Amino acid sequence: MQNFTPLSAALGGALIGLSAVMLWVMNGRIAGISGIAGGLFQPRAGDIGWRLAFVLGLIAGPLAYAALGGGIPAIQVTPSTGLLVAAGLLVGYGTRLGGGCTSGHGVCGLARLSPRSLAATGVFLAAAVATVFLTRHVLGA
Amino acid sequence: MPKILAALAAGLLFGVGLTVSQMVDPAKVLGFLDLAGDWDPSLAFVLAGAVVTTAIGFRLVGRLRAAPLLAESFQTPTAWTIDRRLIAGAAIFGVGWGLVGICPGPALAGLALAPAQLALFVAAMLVGMAGFALTESVLAQRAGRA
Repeated sequence: MQNFTPLSAALGGALIGLSAVMLWVMNGRIAGISGIAGGLFQPRAGDIGWRLAFVLGLIAGPLAYAALGGGIPAIQVTPSTGLLVAAGLLVGYGTRLGGGCTSGHGVCGLARLSPRSLAATGVFLAAAVATVFLTRHVLGA
Repeated sequence: MPKILAALAAGLLFGVGLTVSQMVDPAKVLGFLDLAGDWDPSLAFVLAGAVVTTAIGFRLVGRLRAAPLLAESFQTPTAWTIDRRLIAGAAIFGVGWGLVGICPGPALAGLALAPAQLALFVAAMLVGMAGFALTESVLAQRAGRA
């Protein structure tokens, strides 16, 4: 467990929670990223601007953190092109079919004690853990 | 306009949260999902911090406000049944998440940090979302005609 960072993890999580509370109290919307982005493809009048603005803010977030003196975060994206495309398709379609992702079900749904979100979070965590086990320890990729 | 500015601010805060927690780094996420490897439990703390903060905040808002500050009503999710779509969708998402360690929030937040790889992932993700929207509208049309 050499990479364990519980304090920054909990603090970052609290900021994510504050963002969800902010979007709820201001706009009355659930901060589910797949729902916010996916809703762009099922557009209704007057429902596009806030979605684009949230996505723009999300993209600018790490840069704002750097500008505040946190430094540019280093991230590692090692999967191949084919794997990135395949995974992107699955994540896009699956989150819309299941009505949420890590934020909508995992954060907002669990906070609301929604049985649907609890079930969804259990399933996607289990599927992800099983997939990592298969690719890293069985197939050895 | 105020709604758009509020959404922009919330998005920014969300992106900063993903950065501080390092959830924006797919390698960190895979370290959490890899129970049989050198397991890094950090993401459980991200989830706990986020869920507790959101739970407290939502309850406070529920007590203090009958409506949001900038909109007419709270868009509360209304579905309560655990159906096949929910389970299948969550399973499909989970497999995709496990393959690369990237879910929708960090994919967008990471765009400026690793543009080459994440633009590819985000483009595919948007195609998947558009594909879902398309199948839904086709199914709805068919149901309307029947």
